[in-house]
Amino acid sequence: MKVAVKLFAAARELAGETELAVELPDGADVAQLRASLAAKSPQLKPIADRSLIAVNSEYADQATVIRAGDEIALIPPVSGG
Amino acid sequence: MVQLTYEPIDVPQLLARAQQPEAGAVLLFLGTTRRFTADRETTALRYEAYEEMAVRELEKLEAEARRRWSLVECAIVHRLGRVPLAGASVAVVVSSPHRDAAFAAGRWLIDSLKETAPIWKQEHWTDGTVEWVHPGTAQHSKADQS
Repeated sequence: MKVAVKLFAAARELAGETELAVELPDGADVAQLRASLAAKSPQLKPIADRSLIAVNSEYADQATVIRAGDEIALIPPVSGG
Repeated sequence: MVQLTYEPIDVPQLLARAQQPEAGAVLLFLGTTRRFTADRETTALRYEAYEEMAVRELEKLEAEARRRWSLVECAIVHRLGRVPLAGASVAVVVSSPHRDAAFAAGRWLIDSLKETAPIWKQEHWTDGTVEWVHPGTAQHSKADQS
């Protein structure tokens, strides 16, 4: 399945895109998504390694399973306030 | 009440809605754009959010604060886009029957927002450079003290 990963702040600027399309096997989890993202976009590594992943607007852990149609985002260290 | 806005935050309106007959204490916290971070001078900050998720995270914070403390009103408003020097980027307003709850809830809300809300600030420095603030990442460590 193909999923789109939303990018923000420095991650968006490093990638030069607001979203990255990543190909994942069915039943893939967040750990596999991270590996695919790193392979697809190595320039994101300094930020991606410190980022969290959100699935459907909730922080996910490494074992969270991704389904086709899920809304996925890379959340770099936040600095609101 | 939680809100993201690209306009200046209407602080008097937030205070008015918190000042209710059931409340004996109204507390306001504003986070504002500071000119100096260490020895670097800022001209403005720009904020970006993952808006749908930020609203959900702020709603969770409000719900948790209302669960922990007896609050009459609880408002969290974050401004996005460019915020000039001295402008407010965030407002937290809580009211409660007694002041202890208002102080505790206000402190907890702003601290938690800074940890969990998917919102990012970009420093615009007087030397013309811009820099996203991502605490803990090497290239942005200079701006960590937000």
